[in-house]
Amino acid sequence: MAAKAKRLSNEEHQRRLAIRATRLREIVTTIILTPLALIWVYPFLWMVSAAMKTNNEIFRAGTNLLPTEPTFENFQRAWVQANMSQYFLNTVAIAAGSVFIVVATTSMMGYVLGRYRFPGRRIVIGIFVATVFLPKGYTIIPIFELIGNLGLDGTLFGVILAQSGGAHVIFILLFAGYFGQMPKELEEAAIVDGAGFLRVFFQILLPLAKPVMATVVIMQLIASWNDFLLPLVLTLPRPELRTLSVGMFAFRGEYFTDWSGMAAAATIAIVPIIIVFLAMQRYFIEGIAGAVKS
Amino acid sequence: MTTIQMPLPKPIQHTRSLRQRIADNRWVYLFMLPSLVLTLMFTLYPIFASFYYSLFQWSGFTSAPHYIGTLNFSEVIVDKQFYNAFKNSFIFMFCSVPIKLSLALVIAIVLNDRALRLAPIFRTMFFVPVVTTTAIVGIVMTFIMSPFNGPINMIMLDLGVLARPIDFFGDPKLALYSVVGVEIWKWLGIPMIYWLAALQTIPASLYEAAEVDGANWRHKFAYITVPLLKPFAVIIVLITAVGTLNVFALAMTLTGGGPYFASEVMEVYIYRTAFGAANSLTLPRIGYACAAAVYFGLSVMVMATLQLFGARWANKERAGLSAAETTAGGA
Repeated sequence: MAAKAKRLSNEEHQRRLAIRATRLREIVTTIILTPLALIWVYPFLWMVSAAMKTNNEIFRAGTNLLPTEPTFENFQRAWVQANMSQYFLNTVAIAAGSVFIVVATTSMMGYVLGRYRFPGRRIVIGIFVATVFLPKGYTIIPIFELIGNLGLDGTLFGVILAQSGGAHVIFILLFAGYFGQMPKELEEAAIVDGAGFLRVFFQILLPLAKPVMATVVIMQLIASWNDFLLPLVLTLPRPELRTLSVGMFAFRGEYFTDWSGMAAAATIAIVPIIIVFLAMQRYFIEGIAGAVKS
Repeated sequence: MTTIQMPLPKPIQHTRSLRQRIADNRWVYLFMLPSLVLTLMFTLYPIFASFYYSLFQWSGFTSAPHYIGTLNFSEVIVDKQFYNAFKNSFIFMFCSVPIKLSLALVIAIVLNDRALRLAPIFRTMFFVPVVTTTAIVGIVMTFIMSPFNGPINMIMLDLGVLARPIDFFGDPKLALYSVVGVEIWKWLGIPMIYWLAALQTIPASLYEAAEVDGANWRHKFAYITVPLLKPFAVIIVLITAVGTLNVFALAMTLTGGGPYFASEVMEVYIYRTAFGAANSLTLPRIGYACAAAVYFGLSVMVMATLQLFGARWANKERAGLSAAETTAGGA
């Protein structure tokens, strides 16, 4: 009996040692990672802090992150004088439009690729795979010219359409994979009830694909919000149609010494997208990981 | 991306004629139409159109193009500024990709450790720059790294690390590498997630078995992690390398290609040649810019194809490895 108890406590001792080693490893890695991770978010902390300082304070007291007398006057200056309100609305409109078009087109494409076998299926897949490796700078000139020929130059819809026209292979693959694994019985029952192709898709299968839809919505929203080259080129003739990124780029020269105003404008543009990301992080990260897994 | 495995629906009887099968599937084709039309218009057509435009001398979207054959191509190939931008793009890629991928791998391995309870928070912190607007981040970084009152220089001066502030984006020798540094900071989160996704495919039981056999972390890394990550690595390197060539927003806002073209990459060169003439004295040269873009696009595609062959090879390796694994498991 005594020997058995001793062995037990010995095992217990081993287990505790292992736990202690794991804890130690956790503490060491946390201590090493913390400063590195802080470097990664420092620019955003600086930006928000500078947005609440006066220019005087930025240049005088430089590195202190906490403003001595927080002010919101910079935000007002950026929002009203620098036209950020207009650029904000443009960006929201473009993002909403391109998210809608992209979700609609990629879910339909993913649905048929994932669930149907038809003549030409391999050709369609081949086209999409081929488009993955094209650098964007390569296609911007014809896109500009095409939007012009469609009579959409200098319109928000032109930017929306051009953004929605990227091949979005990953979205299509995500939808195809998700629709493909759904049981056949789902639509069979509906077809017996007399539902047609459209009703099967819109009323039965599409509502089940909400997780993939969330991923596509958030990824396209962030891509559209952050886009620069397309809106820059397509809004060249119409300054009032600029997005946040193009707007900031345009008045950087003008307000170059107004760091606090620029920081406030940058905060207005960046903080909403960070909040969206934090709220829907899981979907976004799943979408990125999907690129490798497929 | 060579191994796209789409779930194949059950094969249907192929006794019907092609025309009948197409007619049966009319809804399928209708459903593909919007996505296909958009892709054809904004992804495929531009590739061929670039090549077509490159045969013309064309100074703007209002003037008439003038056919000049392959003159643009022979001029681009001897253009020193084209070479400069081409070289900078590839220097950029060869500096950024290895650093970004290895740093991301180290961080991913650390974050993949179950013992680290703060891992989700660290992951979010490393990922935040990825979702932020590149062009705006670029402008903020010109302040942060400014030699005049920029916080990085001020902190280093205060700590006594520096005697004089560094002009990160104004020094021709430094500018390109400063852009590389910001690019690594901005996009590190993407390969980190790729690596994490790949690491999560490795079963924990393999590591546990190795531990029982007395393997230390170095053994585990060399004999389990590396071989099982290899097939993913080729894809990750390829996606990251092609992605790294899309640096327009950062390059444009951080340096605009300057000083004296020292950090001008291909996309900035193409933009400047085709659109940027509003603030310079020369006319825009759209055909010429297209010729440069064709050269560049072709070199990127050659590079990607070479890597795809590498991926095929690595996948064969992996198939052999997993076969070995199942036999070992059966024995």
